[in-house]
Amino acid sequence: METTTATFKENARQALHDSQLQKALGYVRAGFIEKRAKAAEALPEFDAIRDAARDIKNHTLQHLDLYLEAYEEKVRASGGEVHYAETAEEARDLILSICQKAGARTVTKGKSMIAEEIGLNEHLEANGIEPVETDLGEYIIQLRHEPPSHIIAPAVHLTKEQVEESFRQAHTALPPERDLSEPTSLLGEARGVLRRRFLAADVGITGANFLVAETGTSVIVTNEGNGDLTQILPRVHIVIASIEKITPTLNDVSEILRVLARSATGQDMSVYTTFSTGPRRPGDPDGPAEYHVVILDNGRSEMLGTGFQDALRCIRCGACMNHCPVYHAIGGHAYGWVYPGPIGAVLTPKLVGVDQAGDLPNASTFCGRCEAVCPMRIPLPKMMRYWRDREFERHLSPATVRYGIGLWAFFARRPRLYRLATRLAMRVLANRAIGRGRFRSLPLAGGWTAYRDFPAPEGKTFMEMWAKRKNAQ
Amino acid sequence: MSPRDTILAKIRRSLHVDGSDVGRRAIVIARLEGTPRSVVPARGQLPAEERIALFSAMAEKVSATVARVASSQDVPRAVADYLRSRNLPAVLRMGDDPLLAGLPWEQTQVEVNRGPSDGSDAVGLSRALAGVAETGTLVLLSGPDNPTTLNFLPETHIVAVQAEDIAGDYETVWDTIRARYGKGTLPRTVNMITGPSRSADIEQTILLGAHGPRRLHIVVVG
Repeated sequence: METTTATFKENARQALHDSQLQKALGYVRAGFIEKRAKAAEALPEFDAIRDAARDIKNHTLQHLDLYLEAYEEKVRASGGEVHYAETAEEARDLILSICQKAGARTVTKGKSMIAEEIGLNEHLEANGIEPVETDLGEYIIQLRHEPPSHIIAPAVHLTKEQVEESFRQAHTALPPERDLSEPTSLLGEARGVLRRRFLAADVGITGANFLVAETGTSVIVTNEGNGDLTQILPRVHIVIASIEKITPTLNDVSEILRVLARSATGQDMSVYTTFSTGPRRPGDPDGPAEYHVVILDNGRSEMLGTGFQDALRCIRCGACMNHCPVYHAIGGHAYGWVYPGPIGAVLTPKLVGVDQAGDLPNASTFCGRCEAVCPMRIPLPKMMRYWRDREFERHLSPATVRYGIGLWAFFARRPRLYRLATRLAMRVLANRAIGRGRFRSLPLAGGWTAYRDFPAPEGKTFMEMWAKRKNAQ
Repeated sequence: MSPRDTILAKIRRSLHVDGSDVGRRAIVIARLEGTPRSVVPARGQLPAEERIALFSAMAEKVSATVARVASSQDVPRAVADYLRSRNLPAVLRMGDDPLLAGLPWEQTQVEVNRGPSDGSDAVGLSRALAGVAETGTLVLLSGPDNPTTLNFLPETHIVAVQAEDIAGDYETVWDTIRARYGKGTLPRTVNMITGPSRSADIEQTILLGAHGPRRLHIVVVG
């Protein structure tokens, strides 16, 4: 998909001034946090299961080559086919060629972040095959030609009025005077329109939350049932998943499921968790005749054995972005690629390059909420800090930042000078702000004072107060 | 090298491991064959009657409805009563499940059709392999007995589950399936279903009946 990570700052500025977006983001702040907290509280073992889930993934990543081989063998034994793609381009071409062989004209799609990552829809369209997104949120943004703004709630940036507008533009065969003022009527309309598409599709493409080595099974988790209709009705089912989705056993999957929905939406369990193994069996009255799995690397194998290996534990629940004050302020599009929020700030520089996406890890207050809620205990702030180091090392940060940090480093290495300088600065600022206690504007601090006042120092530095307290003891 | 071999080689290089390492292989085989359990919540570990009560309560919490009958012979009447109480048409579709097929449907006014759904059915009836008390989840298997299309296409899905098949946790159900199909083997589709279909994609408001059934009614038998 198109990458706009390089213009992150401008994206963020626009997002902050987008009133529709700000209204829609209010629903994120209000909903997800409380629901997750309630669900976690209701399960006494929740934190112990997080530890267990982390350990399962760590074990799997350490033996990923062997579990991949075991998984592949099982898929073949059940009559399915496994294809490997090193790059996004290879994955797109593989899927296109399966669709072409099947003589496909339309394909239905369950929600898949990997399909977004490889830009699958654009590629199919360019080759005369119509992809139809079936997750309600994905369907809405497909109509609007927008990328998803959240990994589990792709249309979370939109208000119902915007959805109504898109439906009226797209569903021109329906009576124009129909009432679409409520979410329930919008849902009903999408259900009707998409039901026909489900029944007519030649190929169904889904992602996978897990690939199970024990049985050669792909697992999808949905609330709508769209992923299931996508994979049981067409003649061909294609699964697209990245290498780190491999999970050893059905018991391991069950353990991770216990933290997935609770962390994502606050549900104890999503409505549909579906385990698919191969094509339809002799005697089966339904299900696909062909079953293909496309396994994508796209840079992940290089994260193993590095400080980023932990990020491969991610199960894409979205809890980190649901709890992120930066995401709450700017939404997902500003991040400029597939994965927004803290996990995006960690993955994107790795997958598209720190030269393109160096601003993303800077968009953090380091409040630590993402790590505190991550069901897989991924140390997200630590990883963002790592990227900041790389960005600085590679001279990618702006000259003003480098100059400022250089200046600070000069003083920090000379403690007596540092103390003298800060003492002087504090005195001067305190004197100038007498009676007000704050500055409306300040030279060199326009970026701060444009939006809020700068609190004036009270006259003493921390070091002075520290020394005084120590002497008093 | 094929993409497959390149990816495996890259993984091994990054991890500094060897694919032919006997010790590593033994660890992987032990996990795949031993299928160890990790932390299983205490919530579902209850005596039979309490477990069934928890299953029903959890299912109702996610907007399913639950009825209980003494024996499978009572299922047709329970289904007919449910359809009448909801003003739904007295016609349903089901597969060849022996428990459901052998029932006295002729004693009710319900018209019974057999086989997979093509999308034109109002009501689907299935039998679940099991229930899971910890989350009120049903587990259904594909095949001629219970076609998967019945789980998703009709607007109303009715599912019969035997009380003795309600387990405390998912792991117990996987053991049942391993015993029936053999280790390392699953039917084409295993559906875990927890309540009726829903979406919160418009303004984070939860609405029932997205693409799957709007109503899920569970009949606990025994």
